[in-house]
Amino acid sequence: MSVVSISSVNKVFGKAPNQTIALQDINLAIEPGEFISLIGPSGCGKSTLLRIIGDLISPSNGVVLVNGKPAPQARENREYGIVFQAPVLFDWRTVEKNVQLPLEIMGQTPSERAARANEMLELVELTGFQKHYPYQLSGGMQQRVSIARALSFNPPLLLMDEPFGALDEITRERLNAELLAIWARTQTTIVFVTHSIPEAVFLSTRVVVMSARPGRITEIIPIDLPQPRDMATRELPRFYALVTQVREALRGGESAKG
Amino acid sequence: MASPVEKTYSDRQKAPSDTTRVSWLERVRYYLPTALIFVAVLLLWEGLVRGLDIKQFILPAPSAILDAFMGSLAQMVNLGIYTGTEALGGFIIGCALGIGVSLATSRWTTARETLLPLAIAANSVPIIAFAPVMNNWFGVSNQFSKMAIVAVITFFPMMINMTRGLTLVDPSALELMRSYAVSEWKTLREVRIPNSLPYMFNAFKVCSTLALIGAVVGEFFGGTRDALGVYITQEAAQFRFQNSWAAIIIACILGIGFYLLIVALERLVIPWHASVRKTEE
Ligand SMILES: Nc1ncnc2c1ncn2[C@@H]1O[C@H](COP(=O)(O)OP(=O)(O)OP(=O)(O)O)[C@@H](O)[C@H]1O
Ligand SMILES: [Mg+2]
Repeated sequence: MSVVSISSVNKVFGKAPNQTIALQDINLAIEPGEFISLIGPSGCGKSTLLRIIGDLISPSNGVVLVNGKPAPQARENREYGIVFQAPVLFDWRTVEKNVQLPLEIMGQTPSERAARANEMLELVELTGFQKHYPYQLSGGMQQRVSIARALSFNPPLLLMDEPFGALDEITRERLNAELLAIWARTQTTIVFVTHSIPEAVFLSTRVVVMSARPGRITEIIPIDLPQPRDMATRELPRFYALVTQVREALRGGESAKG
Repeated sequence: MASPVEKTYSDRQKAPSDTTRVSWLERVRYYLPTALIFVAVLLLWEGLVRGLDIKQFILPAPSAILDAFMGSLAQMVNLGIYTGTEALGGFIIGCALGIGVSLATSRWTTARETLLPLAIAANSVPIIAFAPVMNNWFGVSNQFSKMAIVAVITFFPMMINMTRGLTLVDPSALELMRSYAVSEWKTLREVRIPNSLPYMFNAFKVCSTLALIGAVVGEFFGGTRDALGVYITQEAAQFRFQNSWAAIIIACILGIGFYLLIVALERLVIPWHASVRKTEE
């Protein structure tokens, strides 16, 4: 059974004369344990697609199943965690309390929550910042807190909207490796939006290339790089070949098919 | 999260907080200019009154006011307590109602969207004009008549600000809560109410000033001789202006005290907000 199954999904924003067709005829099946990257020009509907999977908005038509259930029900069951483009931390909560938010909602005891939050903060290398408020953190640190928060309750599906967009290249590469390790260990299925071609290739099992106006899937490129991946993966000739292939698919080049 | 739109407090750089390691010298340096200007104005005032031989019924010298103030200190304190009680009582009633109404309507968009324009309209009329009516309804010598005026005056800004705070929430924060499939009630508690606290404190600051104005002006229209507003008008009618001025000092002390109390409370309750944050230079 697919973790995510999207059939004939359209999304139209607005009314007749000022309509935006954000998504047109999207079909996609994501299998358990996959790491899927969505890549495409700005405004092509990547965030919209992610939000439809999470039932934060409804598709205009089409069917979205998550773990075989309609998306609204999967949301009710808290079957996914989400990381937004912005960190979306609560100013009034300390770092550890922000990470504990979903655990609190799910009724864990304070000691369970604290232990789990510390574990997650260690993972994103923010140990020692437990008692800080979000305003005392840099943008990248805030984003890492929001990743820790999404991971904290071990969701079987992780939706990530450009989580590393605000980070420097070195931190970004380190967190990419980190994320792959988490993915391998937890066997979470990940849907990941990015603008970075190397990032998409390095992380994914498949890269979904989208085009804008209307937002469509133009190509799905399987990434056959060996697992587990590490820094050396980025040096492989195959890595460069795939990067080129994705880039050409983004340009709409036919030669990408090879 | 969105920050309050109305900044009523001064944008001047914050005073060094006591928890960061700042020497007393820095504190003195921070407050010194203000204190110097205050003293300079008083000296200029005193000098002008004496030098130009200004009649005391036009403007008494600070020294004369201070004499009058110290001469009837006990009475001054009583005036302050009497009117302060009215202001505080009305403030509590008005703010509680304002918060209550905006909380109650926060869930019903239609109720909110019907009430809010009315509140904004009501807030822009000089409500103080109702003071004689309130005096008539609840009795001129009844402290509650002044509390009623203060309550009406403070209700609208409180309700308007609170409603803003509850509704101007980062949409992504609401989406996050939606992803956790929590109830409206939980979202109210976890997101909307904390988000509204800075707005609430802003309204408290505005309302603290309004409360004193409401109480004193309400008393101008009548009341017992224990009331600050009554005392000010009666002493002025009998050309004992230094006494009126002494009573005005009490009103100032009340106003500043009220404001500082709210600022202290704000620091305690929302240490995470930009208006209170401790910055480390
Ligand atoms: N709530 C909305 N109301 C109206 N139009 C919207 C809304 N959300 C998105 N859109 C439109 O849908 C299209 C896709 O938006 P979306 O945010 O999904 O793009 P994106 O691929 O995530 O872009 P970016 O890479 O810049 O984040 C855009 O044209 C945008 O204007
Ligand atoms: Mg986006």
